[in-house]
Amino acid sequence: MRKKIILLAASFTLISSACVSPIAVLTVMTHDSFSVSEEVVAAFETEHNAQLQFLKAGDTGTAVNKAVLAKDNPLADVFYGIDNTFLSRALEEDIFESYASPILAEIPETFKLDPDNRALPVDYGDVCLNYDVAFLNENAIDPPSSLEDLLDPSYKGLLVVQNPATSSPGLAFLLATIGHFGEDDYLNFWRGLVENDVLVVNDWETTYYSEFTRWGGTRPIVVSYGSSPPFEVIYAEEPMDEPPTAAVVEDETCFRQIEFVGILKGTQNRDLAEAWVDFMLSTTFQEDLPLQMYVFPVNPQAQLDETFVKYLAVPGQPAFVSPSDIASNRESWIQAWTATVLR
Amino acid sequence: MDPGLDGDCPAVKQLSRSRPPPSPTGRGRSPLYQLAIWLGPLLFLALFYLYPMGSILRVSFARGDGGLAAPLVEALTSTSVRRVLWFTVWQAALSTALTLLVGLPGAYLLARFDFRGKSLLRALTGIPFIMPTLVVAAAFNALLGPKGWMNLGLMSLFSLSTPPIQFTNTLSAILLAHVFYNTTIVLRMVGDFWSHIDPRLSAAAQVLGADQRRRLRHVILPLLMPAIITAALLVFIFDFTSFGVILVLGGPRFATLEVEIYYQTISLFNLPLAAALSLLQLACNLALTITYTRLSARLSRPLWLRPQRYTQRRFLTRRGRLAAAVTITLLLTLLTAPLAALAVRSVTRLDPERGQREPSARGLTLDFYHELTINRRQSLFYVPPTTAIGVSLVYAAATVVLALTLGLPAAWALARDSTSLSSRLFDPLIMLPLGTSAVTLGLGFIVALAHPPLDLRASPLLIPLAHTLVAFPFVVRSLTPALRSIQPRLRQAAAVLGASPRQTLRYVDLPLVGRALLVAATFAFTISIGEFGATALIARPEYPTVPIMIYRFLSQPGALNYGQALALSTILMLICAIGMLAIERFRIADVGEF
Repeated sequence: MRKKIILLAASFTLISSACVSPIAVLTVMTHDSFSVSEEVVAAFETEHNAQLQFLKAGDTGTAVNKAVLAKDNPLADVFYGIDNTFLSRALEEDIFESYASPILAEIPETFKLDPDNRALPVDYGDVCLNYDVAFLNENAIDPPSSLEDLLDPSYKGLLVVQNPATSSPGLAFLLATIGHFGEDDYLNFWRGLVENDVLVVNDWETTYYSEFTRWGGTRPIVVSYGSSPPFEVIYAEEPMDEPPTAAVVEDETCFRQIEFVGILKGTQNRDLAEAWVDFMLSTTFQEDLPLQMYVFPVNPQAQLDETFVKYLAVPGQPAFVSPSDIASNRESWIQAWTATVLR
Repeated sequence: MDPGLDGDCPAVKQLSRSRPPPSPTGRGRSPLYQLAIWLGPLLFLALFYLYPMGSILRVSFARGDGGLAAPLVEALTSTSVRRVLWFTVWQAALSTALTLLVGLPGAYLLARFDFRGKSLLRALTGIPFIMPTLVVAAAFNALLGPKGWMNLGLMSLFSLSTPPIQFTNTLSAILLAHVFYNTTIVLRMVGDFWSHIDPRLSAAAQVLGADQRRRLRHVILPLLMPAIITAALLVFIFDFTSFGVILVLGGPRFATLEVEIYYQTISLFNLPLAAALSLLQLACNLALTITYTRLSARLSRPLWLRPQRYTQRRFLTRRGRLAAAVTITLLLTLLTAPLAALAVRSVTRLDPERGQREPSARGLTLDFYHELTINRRQSLFYVPPTTAIGVSLVYAAATVVLALTLGLPAAWALARDSTSLSSRLFDPLIMLPLGTSAVTLGLGFIVALAHPPLDLRASPLLIPLAHTLVAFPFVVRSLTPALRSIQPRLRQAAAVLGASPRQTLRYVDLPLVGRALLVAATFAFTISIGEFGATALIARPEYPTVPIMIYRFLSQPGALNYGQALALSTILMLICAIGMLAIERFRIADVGEF
């Protein structure tokens, strides 16, 4: 009984103390793959006497839709994780407040896709072809060095890709082919891939864990991320020196996904939201990115972790398609692709 | 705790107390009385289903130029939509027929015989129902994929150079997965109803000279029909709204309406068309449910339900025992072999030897289980597996309580008077959430539940509420046939002999429907435990359920991630099995055997 009273008293003190010194809560809405170190968040919270609350709202497309539908009564103060394939949707729907962070000055112009600074670049990653090193070695097949290579008969039946209609890396790879071959020719390339027996499945998980030879499938070449090989090393069962897979990073074979952060319209915490955006662009957060989410910081001042850099190949010149082109053509491209590849 | 009779169902108790003396038929109560029973369930559906759905449809149509009409016309006239609709219907019909074919012999076995390990069999066959689609896909792939055991076996047996079984991206994969997921619905709904049917009816027919086929056609099937069509309806709706199975196992060439809605919503952000498709899907399910309601009212008849101990016997003949063994083996092979393959892989080393490509078995390991307890990246969002299990169980318990509290009065009202206006109106309404697009409803929560005191958009409360929407129809459907079959004369006799309404409930109704209550609770539990709500709802990363954790691991490359996903899936299966066994053991009050 006495214990109960003490507990009760303690909880009352806790509640009342919480009421006396209100800590500002900043809510950050993001996608399912978001991750960050405890200590990085703690650093921000102590510095600003604030508490961070993260909300995960599904994959990138789903999360963006939710932010758009909630724009009259926003779910959060900040939205992080919209990429260049979805950017125009958020900008057209006007869900962000413009904020010219002072740190933007340090960030290369190529990443700044919104001139009004409603969406600020945070990180980038590349969708690239990955291959099973051992399989290609054993069968004396060279890794492809261009997209055109995939049409060669020696690559027949080796490639598995995702459906761009349902998968984000699938869409990115379709955009890589559009960026490289141009709008007039990309469908010819895909016709060639179909002739060369490309396999299409709907999601990244199935391509990687069911169809890829590394995980028991029959296809040694797969569309995945440039960062997948380091993942294979870091999440190996037993320590290994060489990744069992590698990414193809030749010019115009990859598509770069840039992720952005924006302050949601209608926030009651504008100052704190600005502080968080600055923090995301600062080296503390930027240096935490690679090992948490396997993406690259956009801030060149950020030092990269050695294990990460060691196994990571970065494409010098990824294929490029502008967000506005993506916005206006996404539907027709996907429909044309579907008609060509799946029918 | 008593799930719904003593503590949780004030409506029923109150009604029993205030009930006037039973009328000769036990029917014909005032509309006001009917409404009072319906109040709770209706309020729940209005707030958490109709209001969000109405809001999202309104917002969606408002985004288009043509209002309501244009997207609807577009949906109805487009040939691709028509193709999708046609595929949705026939694959669901075929899947349902196959599920019944597989489930009914098993249901017979569970209903009529008493044998050792029956509870375990029941629990094992229920596990598929809760497994996340991606995990099931991996399991089937381990068995039937190009490098799966079956193909490797057949290739070495007949020295073939290519895998003979083509599984991924085929219609058979979709059908097999649907049967795999839904057989438990038939086993439970039909099996448990069957177990209360008096075997003497069939025996009497036999004495009168009916052979086995005639007994089946003229005695058993007519009596079972209400349960069979109920199970078939639920299975059909599940298959009709199938999403993960189509996407993952069917591949890009197949699309149901639900897949098309997802594509229009997420990929193209064409909300008006998505809303039109949602309405189309709803209309189909509504039409189906209304037909069902008509049919079931006509088919059901009061029966002399018997407690199970009078209806079940041990196997008498060797032939019977053999037939049972074959049925059980087939069921278990179909429903648990893929899962067993998963469990085995979760304790097997996965990393291939250098130069050898297949993940070969190189001995056993508990590394993946151990790894679950390590926060390797010092990530803010790391959650120990015990927490995820705890969260899952709390949500499941809340769902069971909520679904029974709401479902019991609704089932009661439906069973007591299926012909009253309120019953005819509300019966189809109950089923609607099952046939609703999860993507659409998830966005509906965002639009509708946005203002205090109902700003639940980011609240953990929303999860059991959403689970209850799915579980509620199951609870009602499990309970109604049993409640409906109680002979009014039993209650009248009890009343004549001086039993209070409460005593009648306790000593007449309860023992007869106890089994159905357990079935209802089991469904609510499994629906909640296995539901993957992250796509439809906003997730608080600090409270993930086990399925959400599994997806987190499965979305990253690397042996440890894959292994941890397998380990967590195995844990999920165990929790589910233990949960179902616990519910089986559960006795309502001290009623004893059912």
